[in-house]
Amino acid sequence: MEPYKKHESIAALMNRSNVDTDQIIPKQFLKRVERSGFGVHLFHDWRFNDDGSDNPEFELNKPAFKGAKILVAGDNFGCGSSREHAPWAIADYGFNTIISTSYADIFYNNCFKNGILAIKVNKDQLDKLMTEIAANEGVRFVVDLENQQVTTPGGNGFSFEIDPFRKSNLLSGLDDIGLTLKHADKIDQYEQQHKKNYPWLWA
Amino acid sequence: MQALEYAMKKTMYEKIWDSHLVVDEAGQAPLLYVDRHLMHEVTSPQAFEGLRLSGRKVRNPHSILATMDHCVPTKNRDLPIADPIAKKQIETMAENCRVNGLNLYDMKNPNNGVIHVVVPEHGFVHPGMVVVCGDSHTATHGAFGALAFGIGTSEVEHVMATQTLPQKKSKTMQVVVNGELSKYASAKDIALAITGKIGTAGGTGYVIEYTGSAIRALSMEGRMTLCNMAIEAGARAGLVAPDEKTYEYLKGREFAPSGQYRDQALAYWKSLPSDEGAEFDATVTLDAAAIAPQVSWGTSPEQVVGIDGLVPAPESFADEIKRKACESALAYMGLTPNTKITDIPIDLVFIGSCTNGRIEDFRIAAEVAKGTKVAKGVTAIAVPGSYHVKQQAEDEGLDKIFIDAGWEWREPGCSMCLAMNGDELTKGQRSASTSNRNFEGRQGKGGRTHLVSPAMAAAAAAAGHFVDIRKL
Repeated sequence: MEPYKKHESIAALMNRSNVDTDQIIPKQFLKRVERSGFGVHLFHDWRFNDDGSDNPEFELNKPAFKGAKILVAGDNFGCGSSREHAPWAIADYGFNTIISTSYADIFYNNCFKNGILAIKVNKDQLDKLMTEIAANEGVRFVVDLENQQVTTPGGNGFSFEIDPFRKSNLLSGLDDIGLTLKHADKIDQYEQQHKKNYPWLWA
Repeated sequence: MQALEYAMKKTMYEKIWDSHLVVDEAGQAPLLYVDRHLMHEVTSPQAFEGLRLSGRKVRNPHSILATMDHCVPTKNRDLPIADPIAKKQIETMAENCRVNGLNLYDMKNPNNGVIHVVVPEHGFVHPGMVVVCGDSHTATHGAFGALAFGIGTSEVEHVMATQTLPQKKSKTMQVVVNGELSKYASAKDIALAITGKIGTAGGTGYVIEYTGSAIRALSMEGRMTLCNMAIEAGARAGLVAPDEKTYEYLKGREFAPSGQYRDQALAYWKSLPSDEGAEFDATVTLDAAAIAPQVSWGTSPEQVVGIDGLVPAPESFADEIKRKACESALAYMGLTPNTKITDIPIDLVFIGSCTNGRIEDFRIAAEVAKGTKVAKGVTAIAVPGSYHVKQQAEDEGLDKIFIDAGWEWREPGCSMCLAMNGDELTKGQRSASTSNRNFEGRQGKGGRTHLVSPAMAAAAAAAGHFVDIRKL
């Protein structure tokens, strides 16, 4: 995983709530056995017309949002299916940051496993950011994870909370499994006790 | 002293959490031990690849049970899978399980079926376990009083390699459902009514424990349906305290404790229910008698109404976001505000899925379908959740009832719940579906899904539109 660095990028606006992972990456694209190649299918059913051409009505198809790394979206983003193909598609498309008021639990976890910073803001803050983007499409925000700070040219900057463990993993790009395996002896000990407490699970 | 006793009162979630903590150190996410790991073909291949690339091994192969369900055809199973990418995914699953020595119920195996239907059939999940699967409907197994939740593919790899998962402790929500359900109202209707009440984000950050007399009265199948949809209300997991029904259900099943271990396991299981007076972070109450058979009208499982209700008008929502969501849902669904739900015509009926693909679901649907004919222009398909469900239904003659009524009786699989296997709606087609999600495009691009119970689905098949089964 790439370490997450401070960056200034275009912030794209998706003013919809309850965007589900079925929309982020529709089921017909879940059959691949690789992690890569999902970006071209991101938001497929909204993004493309029936004949395969770009749907000009779809917000991410706006020229002003081309190359955006930041996605600003409505409440409860990423609800529904647990498919990690959703953050794979989001990252592969080019986003590394999402800003919303809330996320579905599994999706939120999945983001951090894939180098995506999912920032939570309050409703008022989100409204301000959405208004700023709507008034100035193509506007660039600065995201500084180290200092937990977002700044915007319109003065709607804010600081955000993040779990220190998630933060350090994003900044270092470290492998979760490697970190857990540092506790291998404790897992062994737990398992020995587990066998004594619940022998029927090991019979 | 009193304060100490008070502090020691725990919810079932807290008991399971505490007993599975491997590491809990400051500055780190707590590490939770995983007892059971369930797998299917869609969310596992990249995890096996990761394991292989890093030279790691599956730590406890016996903790894993795998099946093939999402991509498998529900007819002409003898023919090769037509879709080459689906075929590759199926073959990859078989190879990964073979190489790692995992128990796989492949397409030809008599135990094959939808993972969340198959696992309970074999008694693979017991009360008090921590259970994960790369599938959000893992919540199903909370019906046994197990902490069961969906995970992403990176976490699938993590669990295979370490048998643990870094986890954040959830808050607890108690959903109390007291009273008696009306005739033909079911666990599905309770689940939809809860989602309607608290919303699809209402349970975010929580583990729900379902309590109350209406929950105790549910069969194990009903409890599975209910917990299955905990995720639709945003919750990480749903739980029902184990009781005599749970113990009886598990008795004699392949992976359930027997002989010398049965009493020991029972003693443990009986220690699990939440302590009297244990505190929940939130409580929601519903009256079972007031729950009418539910029908979803929109594109989110919170957009539901009783069968005797109307399609809502956007302006009936005070909240601006909900009003906008209603507008776009009605446009997608092709519905006009204030239409009677019973006036909505349907094109296709699907009974099946990890929500409603169990024997009890087919029994109640067959009871309604018996002696009827599928309405003109309507396609009705019944897809058992597993080969065992299929066999049981056939032993009871249910298949004949469906076939005589003009239904298709299929092979098991996820089928039209998420339409990955070729069973799908075409643009503009409208379904009455016993599955769990009515998202845009879920059952096929442009398809319109109405979530209902099996009895409601069977009644709709015969009438060609939704009907109030309480009046049949």
